[in-house]
Amino acid sequence: MTGGLANPLAARDHARAMAGTVVDAMPVLPPVAADLPAGVEPGDLLWEETVAPGGYATRRLVRGSRVRLIDLAGDACASMLIYNAEMPTERLNVADTVKVQWNGYLGAGKLLLSDMGRVMMSILEDGAATHDVFCGTSNAATNEAKYGEGRNSGAFPNGRDRLLLGSAKHGLQRRDVHPCVNLFKGTRIEADGAITPLVGPFEAGREIVLRAEMDVIVVLANCSHVLDPRDDWQVSPLRISAWRGPVTDQDDPVRCATPEGLRAFENVEDYYRR
Amino acid sequence: MTADPATGGLPGAVVHDEIVPARAPWLHHIAAGQTLRIIDVEGNQAVDFLLYADADDAERYSSQDTVAAQGNLFLRQGSVLRSNEGRAMMTITGTSVAYHDTIGGACSCESNTLRYGHHTKAQHACVENFLEANLSEGRGKRDMVPNINFFMNVPVEEDGSLGIVDGISAPGLTVDLRADMDVVVVVSNCPQINNPCNAFNPTPVRMIVAA
Repeated sequence: MTGGLANPLAARDHARAMAGTVVDAMPVLPPVAADLPAGVEPGDLLWEETVAPGGYATRRLVRGSRVRLIDLAGDACASMLIYNAEMPTERLNVADTVKVQWNGYLGAGKLLLSDMGRVMMSILEDGAATHDVFCGTSNAATNEAKYGEGRNSGAFPNGRDRLLLGSAKHGLQRRDVHPCVNLFKGTRIEADGAITPLVGPFEAGREIVLRAEMDVIVVLANCSHVLDPRDDWQVSPLRISAWRGPVTDQDDPVRCATPEGLRAFENVEDYYRR
Repeated sequence: MTADPATGGLPGAVVHDEIVPARAPWLHHIAAGQTLRIIDVEGNQAVDFLLYADADDAERYSSQDTVAAQGNLFLRQGSVLRSNEGRAMMTITGTSVAYHDTIGGACSCESNTLRYGHHTKAQHACVENFLEANLSEGRGKRDMVPNINFFMNVPVEEDGSLGIVDGISAPGLTVDLRADMDVVVVVSNCPQINNPCNAFNPTPVRMIVAA
């Protein structure tokens, strides 16, 4: 028995009294951001949310949307999946992303490619330069081995289970959760293939801005990098803002930067020719 | 009767022995404890390779979990091929090639349009093989993930530059894989003719299973 909540109206009043509570990690509805870039109208803001350490967030975004991620305190790790929103069997393909661009490191001007030869998102600005396409995210076994447990219901959730829940919110299942990219936590590949993790912690406030080149579903998990060498579980909040923007035009420098990338944009433009 | 040198060193009796033609798919169920030997019969033939857990095919090979767990991008003798849930699926118990690739993925009609141009759209590709084989057992597009490329060479330079370059395999070189669980092996004998992965000439490979 909880004193005073024995009838539905008392329970209702108790629940309603929570309204207006503000915590560090939560969505802001309607979205408000005091630091939008010059030229972005407040009315074009689509999404404003801070993801807790160990948390996840997901949203469908229309083509042209800009997505800004901020590593608020220097220890966020944004593991990201991307699906084609209208046909989620098309999704981010990390192998094609590195092979087609002849390079394994992400940064400004790089494209995130689907398994259908199309660019799903592009990176417009990158204040971090430490990212990782090779290692993927943690799973229940790796977190249990490292931190003692890794359950969604525990203190050290693993990235795969967070991405599974985020994908499930769109009706997707285990076989849909594909290899991810990690933003803000990086890796460097040595000459013999050895993987050196670059996990910081880094200076607070590093930003990356992406542009949706298709109508996409993004799923973001904020869990410690799978190769984070620190014994204790260290992650800090991840801030997400997104706003409306124009679809990439024919003269866009990212679109035209390489012949392979240009064909990835041409394939997107062909897909939307309807 | 003369012993076939291609079966030398296998840990048990041969229960299956098959030549996969150039450009073709191959699917085979392999029980825990059995060993699969892949022979690059004519040399420098990329063998695109996927694994699914036989008991639950939503669990499948994960290049990311595999390289993260071993802290290295290249697959060598001793490498454990891990699933998307972190479990050991197969182990490379021996190979006469220095290392194999698992970051380059499979060629597809669609990615070929990016890498080479739209004139290659109609060429046969590994994803076509993977889909054809997987569809025979009810799997499909959602089950496609980045694979292993045995006998394929993808070095990564200091600035991150990478690409499929001339092979380091040769006629008769092998890789031996011990199944650590019951698995479905799905292979595309790579038909690519626009890069050096097959020395611009796709050739047959041989699959031997020992139990």
